[in-house]
Amino acid sequence: MSEALYTIEVQVNGAKRTAQVPARLTLVDWLRDELRLTGTHVGCEHGICGACSVMLDGEPVRSCLMYAVQANGHRVTTVEGLANPGGTLSVLQDSFCETHGLQCGYCTSGVLIAAQGLLNSNPNPTEEQIRDAIGGNLCRCTGYQQIVEAVELAAKRMKEAK
Amino acid sequence: MKSAPFEYCRAASVAEACELLARHGDSAKPIAGGQSLVPMMAMRLVRPAWLVDINEIAALKLVAVEKEFARTGACTRQCAVERDELLAARVPLLRQALAFVGHVQTRNRGTVGGSLAHADPAAELPLVARTLGARLLLRSSKGSRTLDAEQFFAGPMTTAARADECLEEIRWPAWSEKRVGSAFTEISIRHGDFAMVAAAAQVALDAGGRCTRAALGLGGVGGTPLAFPEIAARLAGTKLEDGAIDAVAADAAKETEPGSDLHATKDYRRHLARVLAARALRQAREEAK
Repeated sequence: MSEALYTIEVQVNGAKRTAQVPARLTLVDWLRDELRLTGTHVGCEHGICGACSVMLDGEPVRSCLMYAVQANGHRVTTVEGLANPGGTLSVLQDSFCETHGLQCGYCTSGVLIAAQGLLNSNPNPTEEQIRDAIGGNLCRCTGYQQIVEAVELAAKRMKEAK
Repeated sequence: MKSAPFEYCRAASVAEACELLARHGDSAKPIAGGQSLVPMMAMRLVRPAWLVDINEIAALKLVAVEKEFARTGACTRQCAVERDELLAARVPLLRQALAFVGHVQTRNRGTVGGSLAHADPAAELPLVARTLGARLLLRSSKGSRTLDAEQFFAGPMTTAARADECLEEIRWPAWSEKRVGSAFTEISIRHGDFAMVAAAAQVALDAGGRCTRAALGLGGVGGTPLAFPEIAARLAGTKLEDGAIDAVAADAAKETEPGSDLHATKDYRRHLARVLAARALRQAREEAK
Protein backbone atom coordinates (compact mmCIF):
# COMPACT_ATOMS: atom_id res chain seq x y z
CA MET A 1 0.00 0.00 0.00
CA SER A 2 1.27 3.43 -0.79
CA GLU A 3 1.21 5.99 1.95
CA ALA A 4 0.44 9.67 1.53
CA LEU A 5 3.52 11.87 1.75
CA TYR A 6 3.63 15.23 3.47
CA THR A 7 6.05 18.03 2.65
CA ILE A 8 7.96 19.34 5.62
CA GLU A 9 10.48 22.09 6.13
CA VAL A 10 12.47 21.90 9.33
CA GLN A 11 15.46 23.87 10.49
CA VAL A 12 17.91 21.20 11.62
CA ASN A 13 21.08 22.40 13.35
CA GLY A 14 20.64 25.78 11.69
CA ALA A 15 20.14 24.49 8.14
CA LYS A 16 16.82 24.37 6.33
CA ARG A 17 15.89 20.80 5.39
CA THR A 18 12.92 19.86 3.28
CA ALA A 19 11.53 16.39 2.77
CA GLN A 20 8.53 14.32 1.84
CA VAL A 21 7.59 12.04 4.69
CA PRO A 22 4.84 9.58 5.52
CA ALA A 23 2.84 10.68 8.57
CA ARG A 24 3.97 7.75 10.70
CA LEU A 25 7.70 8.42 10.33
CA THR A 26 8.98 9.46 13.75
CA LEU A 27 11.24 12.48 14.05
CA VAL A 28 14.15 10.30 15.21
CA ASP A 29 13.82 7.96 12.23
CA TRP A 30 13.78 10.92 9.86
CA LEU A 31 16.87 12.44 11.48
CA ARG A 32 18.79 9.18 11.42
CA ASP A 33 17.61 7.40 8.30
CA GLU A 34 16.98 10.27 5.93
CA LEU A 35 19.31 13.01 7.14
CA ARG A 36 21.94 10.51 8.35
CA LEU A 37 22.31 12.43 11.59
CA THR A 38 23.06 9.23 13.45
CA GLY A 39 24.35 10.96 16.56
CA THR A 40 20.82 10.83 17.92
CA HIS A 41 20.25 7.29 19.09
CA VAL A 42 17.06 5.34 19.11
CA GLY A 43 16.59 3.05 22.06
CA CYS A 44 13.20 2.02 23.37
CA GLU A 45 11.02 3.80 20.78
CA HIS A 46 8.33 4.51 23.34
CA GLY A 47 9.60 7.38 25.43
CA ILE A 48 11.29 5.62 28.32
CA CYS A 49 15.06 5.64 27.71
CA GLY A 50 15.78 9.23 26.61
CA ALA A 51 18.47 8.21 24.09
CA CYS A 52 16.62 10.01 21.27
CA SER A 53 16.43 13.39 23.04
CA VAL A 54 16.78 16.40 20.74
CA MET A 55 15.92 20.04 21.18
CA LEU A 56 12.70 21.23 19.61
CA ASP A 57 12.63 25.03 19.48
CA GLY A 58 15.37 24.99 22.12
CA GLU A 59 13.76 22.62 24.62
CA PRO A 60 14.72 18.96 25.07
CA VAL A 61 12.05 16.52 23.89
CA ARG A 62 11.99 12.85 22.94
CA SER A 63 12.20 12.53 19.16
CA CYS A 64 10.61 9.04 19.22
CA LEU A 65 7.44 10.59 20.67
CA MET A 66 6.69 12.89 17.80
CA TYR A 67 6.25 12.42 14.11
CA ALA A 68 8.56 14.19 11.65
CA VAL A 69 5.54 15.81 10.04
CA GLN A 70 4.81 17.52 13.36
CA ALA A 71 8.22 19.22 13.28
CA ASN A 72 7.23 21.10 10.12
CA GLY A 73 8.05 24.77 10.66
CA HIS A 74 10.08 24.15 13.81
CA ARG A 75 13.74 24.17 14.83
CA VAL A 76 15.50 20.96 15.81
CA THR A 77 18.95 20.70 17.37
CA THR A 78 20.61 17.30 17.53
CA VAL A 79 23.81 16.34 19.31
CA GLU A 80 25.69 17.19 16.09
CA GLY A 81 24.43 20.74 16.55
CA LEU A 82 25.98 21.08 20.01
CA ALA A 83 29.57 21.07 18.72
CA ASN A 84 31.36 24.32 17.95
CA PRO A 85 31.12 25.60 14.35
CA GLY A 86 34.59 24.24 13.51
CA GLY A 87 33.58 20.79 14.68
CA THR A 88 35.48 20.92 17.95
CA LEU A 89 33.72 19.69 21.07
CA SER A 90 31.55 22.05 23.08
CA VAL A 91 32.43 22.81 26.69
CA LEU A 92 29.85 20.28 27.85
CA GLN A 93 31.00 17.56 25.45
CA ASP A 94 34.62 18.11 26.46
CA SER A 95 33.65 17.88 30.13
CA PHE A 96 32.18 14.44 29.50
CA CYS A 97 35.58 13.31 28.15
CA GLU A 98 37.38 14.87 31.10
CA THR A 99 35.31 13.21 33.82
CA HIS A 100 34.77 9.97 31.91
CA GLY A 101 31.04 10.69 31.76
CA LEU A 102 30.43 7.90 29.30
CA GLN A 103 31.39 4.33 28.64
CA CYS A 104 29.47 2.67 25.81
CA GLY A 105 28.11 6.01 24.62
CA TYR A 106 24.63 4.84 23.73
CA CYS A 107 22.84 7.21 26.09
CA THR A 108 25.39 10.01 25.73
CA SER A 109 23.81 12.06 22.97
CA GLY A 110 20.50 12.13 24.83
CA VAL A 111 22.20 13.03 28.10
CA LEU A 112 24.14 15.82 26.39
CA ILE A 113 20.91 17.30 25.02
CA ALA A 114 19.22 17.07 28.42
CA ALA A 115 22.22 18.60 30.20
CA GLN A 116 22.66 21.37 27.63
CA GLY A 117 18.96 22.16 28.00
CA LEU A 118 19.50 22.53 31.73
CA LEU A 119 22.60 24.73 31.40
CA ASN A 120 20.87 26.97 28.87
CA SER A 121 18.16 27.86 31.36
CA ASN A 122 20.14 27.45 34.58
CA PRO A 123 23.90 28.18 34.44
CA ASN A 124 24.38 27.32 38.13
CA PRO A 125 22.55 24.06 38.72
CA THR A 126 22.70 22.22 42.01
CA GLU A 127 23.51 18.52 42.03
CA GLU A 128 19.83 17.82 42.64
CA GLN A 129 18.81 19.93 39.66
CA ILE A 130 21.33 18.11 37.47
CA ARG A 131 20.00 14.73 38.58
CA ASP A 132 16.46 15.88 37.92
CA ALA A 133 17.36 17.15 34.44
CA ILE A 134 18.94 13.84 33.41
CA GLY A 135 16.32 11.79 35.27
CA GLY A 136 14.63 10.87 32.00
CA ASN A 137 17.80 9.40 30.49
CA LEU A 138 18.76 5.83 31.24
CA CYS A 139 22.46 4.96 31.45
CA ARG A 140 23.46 1.38 32.19
CA CYS A 141 27.24 1.98 32.35
CA THR A 142 28.28 4.92 34.45
CA GLY A 143 26.05 4.82 37.49
CA TYR A 144 25.42 8.50 36.64
CA GLN A 145 28.02 9.87 39.06
CA GLN A 146 30.52 10.91 36.38
CA ILE A 147 27.71 12.33 34.27
CA VAL A 148 26.75 14.60 37.15
CA GLU A 149 30.42 15.55 37.57
CA ALA A 150 30.67 16.34 33.86
CA VAL A 151 27.72 18.73 34.02
CA GLU A 152 29.11 20.37 37.15
CA LEU A 153 32.49 20.78 35.45
CA ALA A 154 30.87 22.24 32.34
CA ALA A 155 28.90 24.74 34.40
CA LYS A 156 32.12 25.78 36.18
CA ARG A 157 34.06 26.14 32.92
CA MET A 158 31.28 28.13 31.26
CA LYS A 159 31.23 30.50 34.20
CA GLU A 160 35.03 30.95 34.10
CA ALA A 161 34.93 31.60 30.36
CA LYS A 162 32.58 34.54 30.86
CA MET B 1 7.77 -0.65 17.03
CA LYS B 2 6.37 1.65 14.40
CA SER B 3 2.89 3.15 14.16
CA ALA B 4 0.52 1.76 11.56
CA PRO B 5 -0.09 4.09 8.60
CA PHE B 6 -2.40 7.03 9.18
CA GLU B 7 -3.25 10.34 7.58
CA TYR B 8 -2.25 13.57 9.23
CA CYS B 9 -3.90 16.94 9.34
CA ARG B 10 -2.78 19.99 11.22
CA ALA B 11 -5.63 22.11 12.51
CA ALA B 12 -5.09 25.86 12.47
CA SER B 13 -7.99 26.63 14.78
CA VAL B 14 -10.29 24.91 17.25
CA ALA B 15 -13.12 25.25 14.72
CA GLU B 16 -11.04 23.47 12.10
CA ALA B 17 -10.10 20.71 14.57
CA CYS B 18 -13.79 20.20 15.38
CA GLU B 19 -14.69 20.14 11.72
CA LEU B 20 -12.01 17.49 11.02
CA LEU B 21 -13.15 15.39 13.98
CA ALA B 22 -16.76 15.64 12.83
CA ARG B 23 -15.80 14.58 9.32
CA HIS B 24 -13.71 11.56 10.32
CA GLY B 25 -15.65 10.45 13.38
CA ASP B 26 -14.34 7.43 15.25
CA SER B 27 -11.46 6.98 12.84
CA ALA B 28 -9.81 10.24 13.94
CA LYS B 29 -7.98 11.15 17.11
CA PRO B 30 -6.75 14.55 18.23
CA ILE B 31 -3.05 14.61 19.14
CA ALA B 32 -1.71 17.11 21.65
CA GLY B 33 1.73 16.41 23.17
CA GLY B 34 1.54 12.78 22.10
CA GLN B 35 3.51 11.56 25.10
CA SER B 36 0.99 8.78 25.72
CA LEU B 37 -0.69 8.54 22.32
CA VAL B 38 2.48 8.07 20.26
CA PRO B 39 3.76 5.10 22.32
CA MET B 40 0.27 3.57 22.20
CA MET B 41 0.31 3.96 18.44
CA ALA B 42 3.82 2.52 18.24
CA MET B 43 2.63 -0.52 20.16
CA ARG B 44 -0.47 -0.53 17.95
CA LEU B 45 -2.80 -0.41 20.91
CA VAL B 46 -4.41 2.49 19.07
CA ARG B 47 -4.70 2.71 15.29
CA PRO B 48 -6.44 5.92 14.24
CA ALA B 49 -6.86 6.39 10.49
CA TRP B 50 -6.52 10.14 10.98
CA LEU B 51 -4.52 12.24 13.42
CA VAL B 52 -5.76 15.76 13.97
CA ASP B 53 -2.79 17.74 15.27
CA ILE B 54 -3.86 20.53 17.63
CA ASN B 55 -0.29 21.57 18.57
CA GLU B 56 -0.24 24.63 16.34
CA ILE B 57 -3.43 26.19 17.70
CA ALA B 58 -2.19 29.16 19.71
CA ALA B 59 -5.57 29.66 21.39
CA LEU B 60 -5.24 26.26 23.08
CA LYS B 61 -2.02 27.23 24.87
CA LEU B 62 -3.35 29.81 27.25
CA VAL B 63 -2.56 30.15 30.93
CA ALA B 64 -4.80 32.73 32.59
CA VAL B 65 -5.51 33.33 36.25
CA GLU B 66 -8.85 34.86 37.11
CA LYS B 67 -10.47 35.61 40.42
CA GLU B 68 -12.10 32.28 41.17
CA PHE B 69 -10.33 29.94 38.82
CA ALA B 70 -7.30 29.50 36.61
CA ARG B 71 -7.66 28.59 32.96
CA THR B 72 -5.37 26.37 30.96
CA GLY B 73 -5.82 25.44 27.33
CA ALA B 74 -6.05 21.87 26.18
CA CYS B 75 -2.63 22.19 24.55
CA THR B 76 -0.86 24.16 27.28
CA ARG B 77 2.45 22.38 27.84
CA GLN B 78 3.08 20.88 31.24
CA CYS B 79 6.37 22.83 31.44
CA ALA B 80 4.47 26.10 30.92
CA VAL B 81 2.17 25.28 33.83
CA GLU B 82 5.14 24.24 35.95
CA ARG B 83 6.94 27.56 35.36
CA ASP B 84 4.00 29.91 35.80
CA GLU B 85 4.46 31.66 39.15
CA LEU B 86 0.99 33.19 39.29
CA LEU B 87 -0.63 29.86 38.56
CA ALA B 88 1.55 28.18 41.19
CA ALA B 89 0.40 30.77 43.73
CA ARG B 90 -3.29 30.35 42.95
CA VAL B 91 -3.53 26.62 42.13
CA PRO B 92 -0.43 25.23 43.85
CA LEU B 93 -1.48 21.59 43.42
CA LEU B 94 -0.66 21.79 39.71
CA ARG B 95 3.04 22.45 40.20
CA GLN B 96 3.16 20.06 43.15
CA ALA B 97 1.67 17.28 41.02
CA LEU B 98 3.84 18.03 37.99
CA ALA B 99 6.94 17.32 40.09
CA PHE B 100 5.87 13.67 39.80
CA VAL B 101 4.93 13.71 36.11
CA GLY B 102 7.40 12.14 33.69
CA HIS B 103 10.67 13.94 33.01
CA VAL B 104 11.85 17.27 31.64
CA GLN B 105 11.70 16.02 28.05
CA THR B 106 8.15 14.70 28.36
CA ARG B 107 6.89 17.75 30.28
CA ASN B 108 8.33 20.03 27.58
CA ARG B 109 6.07 18.38 25.02
CA GLY B 110 3.30 16.84 27.12
CA THR B 111 0.18 18.86 27.71
CA VAL B 112 -2.26 19.26 30.55
CA GLY B 113 -5.26 18.55 28.35
CA GLY B 114 -3.63 15.50 26.82
CA SER B 115 -3.02 14.03 30.25
CA LEU B 116 -6.67 14.58 31.21
CA ALA B 117 -7.98 13.19 27.91
CA HIS B 118 -5.74 10.13 28.24
CA ALA B 119 -7.44 9.52 31.62
CA ASP B 120 -4.99 7.07 33.11
CA PRO B 121 -6.48 6.30 36.55
CA ALA B 122 -3.02 6.57 38.14
CA ALA B 123 -2.01 9.82 36.42
CA GLU B 124 -1.31 12.92 38.48
CA LEU B 125 -3.10 15.71 36.61
CA PRO B 126 -6.46 13.90 36.41
CA LEU B 127 -6.22 13.46 40.18
CA VAL B 128 -5.70 17.19 40.68
CA ALA B 129 -8.65 17.90 38.39
CA ARG B 130 -10.86 15.51 40.33
CA THR B 131 -9.70 16.68 43.78
CA LEU B 132 -10.31 20.36 43.04
CA GLY B 133 -13.42 19.78 40.93
CA ALA B 134 -12.00 21.24 37.72
CA ARG B 135 -14.42 21.99 34.87
CA LEU B 136 -13.60 20.83 31.35
CA LEU B 137 -14.85 22.63 28.29
CA LEU B 138 -15.46 20.37 25.28
CA ARG B 139 -16.14 21.74 21.82
CA SER B 140 -17.57 20.14 18.72
CA SER B 141 -18.85 21.52 15.46
CA LYS B 142 -22.32 21.39 17.02
CA GLY B 143 -21.49 23.53 20.03
CA SER B 144 -19.78 23.29 23.38
CA ARG B 145 -20.50 21.84 26.80
CA THR B 146 -18.78 21.89 30.16
CA LEU B 147 -18.29 18.83 32.32
CA ASP B 148 -17.11 18.44 35.90
CA ALA B 149 -14.03 16.28 36.29
CA GLU B 150 -16.27 13.75 37.99
CA GLN B 151 -18.44 13.45 34.86
CA PHE B 152 -15.49 13.65 32.47
CA PHE B 153 -13.59 10.64 33.83
CA ALA B 154 -15.77 7.68 32.88
CA GLY B 155 -13.40 4.79 33.51
CA PRO B 156 -9.81 3.62 32.95
CA MET B 157 -8.50 5.49 29.87
CA THR B 158 -12.08 6.47 29.11
CA THR B 159 -13.71 9.89 29.18
CA ALA B 160 -17.15 11.25 28.46
CA ALA B 161 -15.81 13.15 25.45
CA ARG B 162 -17.44 12.06 22.20
CA ALA B 163 -15.31 11.21 19.15
CA ASP B 164 -16.27 14.51 17.53
CA GLU B 165 -15.36 16.62 20.54
CA CYS B 166 -12.10 18.38 21.27
CA LEU B 167 -11.12 19.36 24.80
CA GLU B 168 -10.65 23.11 24.65
CA GLU B 169 -10.06 24.47 28.12
CA ILE B 170 -9.78 23.43 31.76
CA ARG B 171 -10.90 25.65 34.62
CA TRP B 172 -9.14 24.97 37.91
CA PRO B 173 -10.82 26.33 41.03
CA ALA B 174 -8.57 28.82 42.84
CA TRP B 175 -9.40 29.04 46.53
CA SER B 176 -9.64 32.60 47.72
CA GLU B 177 -9.13 32.05 51.46
CA LYS B 178 -6.09 33.78 52.96
CA ARG B 179 -4.53 30.62 54.37
CA VAL B 180 -4.58 27.77 51.90
CA GLY B 181 -2.21 24.83 51.88
CA SER B 182 -1.98 21.91 49.51
CA ALA B 183 0.16 18.84 48.93
CA PHE B 184 0.63 16.06 46.43
CA THR B 185 2.37 12.81 47.24
CA GLU B 186 2.71 9.41 45.66
CA ILE B 187 4.49 6.09 45.63
CA SER B 188 5.68 4.81 42.26
CA ILE B 189 8.16 2.16 41.14
CA ARG B 190 10.47 4.81 39.68
CA HIS B 191 10.26 8.57 39.89
CA GLY B 192 8.33 9.89 36.90
CA ASP B 193 6.28 6.72 36.41
CA PHE B 194 2.56 6.62 36.86
CA ALA B 195 1.74 6.29 40.55
CA MET B 196 1.04 3.04 42.31
CA VAL B 197 -1.07 5.22 44.59
CA ALA B 198 -1.19 9.03 44.68
CA ALA B 199 -2.88 11.45 47.06
CA ALA B 200 -3.75 15.13 46.71
CA ALA B 201 -5.07 17.39 49.46
CA GLN B 202 -5.93 21.04 49.92
CA VAL B 203 -7.09 22.78 53.07
CA ALA B 204 -8.07 26.32 54.06
CA LEU B 205 -7.66 27.66 57.60
CA ASP B 206 -9.24 30.64 59.31
CA ALA B 207 -7.27 33.16 61.37
CA GLY B 208 -7.55 30.94 64.42
CA GLY B 209 -6.07 27.94 62.58
CA ARG B 210 -9.38 26.15 62.24
CA CYS B 211 -10.08 24.32 58.99
CA THR B 212 -12.85 25.93 56.94
CA ARG B 213 -12.60 23.80 53.82
CA ALA B 214 -10.81 20.61 52.80
CA ALA B 215 -10.45 18.55 49.63
CA LEU B 216 -8.94 15.10 49.34
CA GLY B 217 -8.36 12.86 46.33
CA LEU B 218 -6.73 9.51 45.63
CA GLY B 219 -5.38 8.09 42.37
CA GLY B 220 -4.44 4.57 41.32
CA VAL B 221 -7.07 2.99 43.55
CA GLY B 222 -10.00 2.70 41.16
CA GLY B 223 -10.99 3.02 37.52
CA THR B 224 -10.85 6.81 37.73
CA PRO B 225 -9.23 9.26 40.13
CA LEU B 226 -11.40 9.57 43.23
CA ALA B 227 -12.36 12.54 45.39
CA PHE B 228 -13.94 12.42 48.83
CA PRO B 229 -15.79 15.68 49.39
CA GLU B 230 -18.12 14.40 52.11
CA ILE B 231 -15.40 12.67 54.09
CA ALA B 232 -13.02 15.64 53.75
CA ALA B 233 -15.81 18.01 54.86
CA ARG B 234 -15.61 16.41 58.31
CA LEU B 235 -12.32 18.26 58.78
CA ALA B 236 -14.10 21.61 58.73
CA GLY B 237 -14.19 23.07 62.22
CA THR B 238 -11.24 20.98 63.44
CA LYS B 239 -7.72 22.26 63.90
CA LEU B 240 -6.56 19.42 61.63
CA GLU B 241 -5.24 17.45 64.57
CA ASP B 242 -3.47 14.24 63.60
CA GLY B 243 -6.36 12.20 64.98
CA ALA B 244 -8.92 13.95 62.77
CA ILE B 245 -6.71 13.57 59.72
CA ASP B 246 -6.04 9.88 60.40
CA ALA B 247 -9.77 9.15 60.74
CA VAL B 248 -10.58 10.90 57.47
CA ALA B 249 -7.71 9.16 55.66
CA ALA B 250 -8.83 5.77 56.96
CA ASP B 251 -12.43 6.35 55.86
CA ALA B 252 -11.37 7.54 52.42
CA ALA B 253 -9.12 4.50 51.95
CA LYS B 254 -12.03 2.22 52.91
CA GLU B 255 -14.05 3.61 49.99
CA THR B 256 -11.41 2.73 47.42
CA GLU B 257 -11.53 -0.36 45.22
CA PRO B 258 -7.99 -0.89 44.04
CA GLY B 259 -6.96 -3.84 41.90
CA SER B 260 -4.02 -6.20 42.33
CA ASP B 261 -1.24 -6.57 39.83
CA LEU B 262 2.37 -7.62 39.51
CA HIS B 263 3.55 -4.62 41.51
CA ALA B 264 1.14 -4.49 44.42
CA THR B 265 -1.84 -6.29 45.93
CA LYS B 266 -5.12 -4.50 46.46
CA ASP B 267 -4.58 -4.64 50.23
CA TYR B 268 -1.20 -2.96 49.90
CA ARG B 269 -2.70 -0.29 47.64
CA ARG B 270 -5.48 0.37 50.14
CA HIS B 271 -2.85 0.62 52.89
CA LEU B 272 -0.93 3.14 50.76
CA ALA B 273 -4.14 5.06 50.14
CA ARG B 274 -4.63 5.54 53.88
CA VAL B 275 -0.99 6.43 54.58
CA LEU B 276 -0.65 8.81 51.62
CA ALA B 277 -4.01 10.52 52.23
CA ALA B 278 -2.92 11.27 55.80
CA ARG B 279 0.52 12.40 54.63
CA ALA B 280 -0.96 14.75 52.01
CA LEU B 281 -3.39 16.26 54.53
CA ARG B 282 -0.61 16.82 57.08
CA GLN B 283 1.63 18.45 54.50
CA ALA B 284 -1.25 20.64 53.33
CA ARG B 285 -1.88 21.65 56.94
CA GLU B 286 1.78 22.66 57.38
CA GLU B 287 1.69 24.62 54.11
CA ALA B 288 -1.36 26.53 55.28
CA LYS B 289 0.20 27.58 58.57
